[in-house]
Amino acid sequence: MDKTINITLKVWRQRGPKERGAFESYKLDGISTDSSFLEMLDILNEKLINEGKEPVVFDHDCREGICGMCSLYVNGHPHGPDDSITTCQLHMRRFKDGETITVEPWRSAGFPVIRDLMVDRTAFDKIIQAGGYTSINVGGAQDANAILIPKEAADEAMDSASCIGCGACVAACKNGSAMLFVSAKVSQLALLPQGRAEAARRAKAMTARMDELGFGNCTNTGACEAECPKNVSISNIARLNREFLKAKFRD
Amino acid sequence: MSWLLKSSIGRKFIMALSGCCLVLFLLFHMCMNVVSIISIEAYEAICGFLGTNWYAVLATGGLALLFIVHILYALSLTLKNKKARGNDSYAMSSSLSSVTWTSKNMFVLGVVVLVFLLLHLYDFWFKMMFAELFNLHDIVVLPEEVGGHMAMLFGSPVKVALYFIGIVALWLHLTHGVWSMFQSTGLNGRTWYPRLKCIGNIVATIICLGFLIVPIFFLAKHFLCGAC
Repeated sequence: MDKTINITLKVWRQRGPKERGAFESYKLDGISTDSSFLEMLDILNEKLINEGKEPVVFDHDCREGICGMCSLYVNGHPHGPDDSITTCQLHMRRFKDGETITVEPWRSAGFPVIRDLMVDRTAFDKIIQAGGYTSINVGGAQDANAILIPKEAADEAMDSASCIGCGACVAACKNGSAMLFVSAKVSQLALLPQGRAEAARRAKAMTARMDELGFGNCTNTGACEAECPKNVSISNIARLNREFLKAKFRD
Repeated sequence: MSWLLKSSIGRKFIMALSGCCLVLFLLFHMCMNVVSIISIEAYEAICGFLGTNWYAVLATGGLALLFIVHILYALSLTLKNKKARGNDSYAMSSSLSSVTWTSKNMFVLGVVVLVFLLLHLYDFWFKMMFAELFNLHDIVVLPEEVGGHMAMLFGSPVKVALYFIGIVALWLHLTHGVWSMFQSTGLNGRTWYPRLKCIGNIVATIICLGFLIVPIFFLAKHFLCGAC
């Protein structure tokens, strides 16, 4: 037999970006502890639809922790109380019978609420766009070993590249700063020889776009790193600072 | 060079740079203070050497400028960060063990340190350099009288308690500030991150112990051997 729990959900409901939101409570009985958090929300929405009420709007896509689409601030943590996973990988076994679970959207000036738990994260796309292109050689295929990359650099670049751009860092930061995201995106290219050609331009352009979009300044609290579902390190932020200052002083 | 004022990393760079200079000043100030325990005559000689000479006045002006830059930037950064955070706060937020309380309260700690600094300036700088420069004869403390002035000031437990609070706030401010300036200027990395945190704590502790020992020494002296 499946183990089931009864829970109370406190969910943020907001009809639109300009309207005032408020919490609403819903009781859900007999939720299997094997179901995922988002499946639980699906059950809630089905119940709401059957009752003729508006379902709760929330972001989700791949449901396997790689697309970066799911968000949710669950019980005081972006992506819930579990470490190193996204909301879609969170399971109901993490919660106790009779528990009240608070579900909020990301809250940051850079991520305005669209509706209920869905926020507008296009600011991240704009920062990525500002990053621009990387130069590659065209013509005949290059020999795979023509550019040597040390193992450490490759590993670290891969760690930086594991950022899925979900925005948990901004949600966790008391300053609403996007530095962890931007620094991961700058680092994944700056660490590799192929990315060095435009490294200075990229660091300047992405930082400028980030500032323009109203994200805050980094005060090195490390909350982003602690809440990041992909464990992206704040040593990336030091690298972004270094790349940016180097580029500016060279000008 | 307008990027220093306009970009977030530029502003943090100025915070780090001014903070670094202030830490160096604190180290010098602490070393100077400790001399007063070893020999009060030597300490008075140092005060006489600094006194109201042109280089000391110039350095004081530079120092004041550093403080003003550090404080104004802290103010502007804090306001910008509050705005970036938005108006809605989370209904439920939980603290993370890896996020230190000091790192989230640098501005509050800075205000406490500033209040302490004003008190400290009034106790010493105002009565020494300022009074001597502007010939305020009734309150002036000359370099050769500084030993007596300190014994009088730190004979009061209330004053020592106030200094204690100020220095503890400074310690908390520095435990985050010192390693943070390496992070903000990009001199940090995976290997050096834990090392710099450790070095930061050591520097903060050395500075604050050096500062604390002086008022406590004079208070103990006042109570243990009265008139001597």
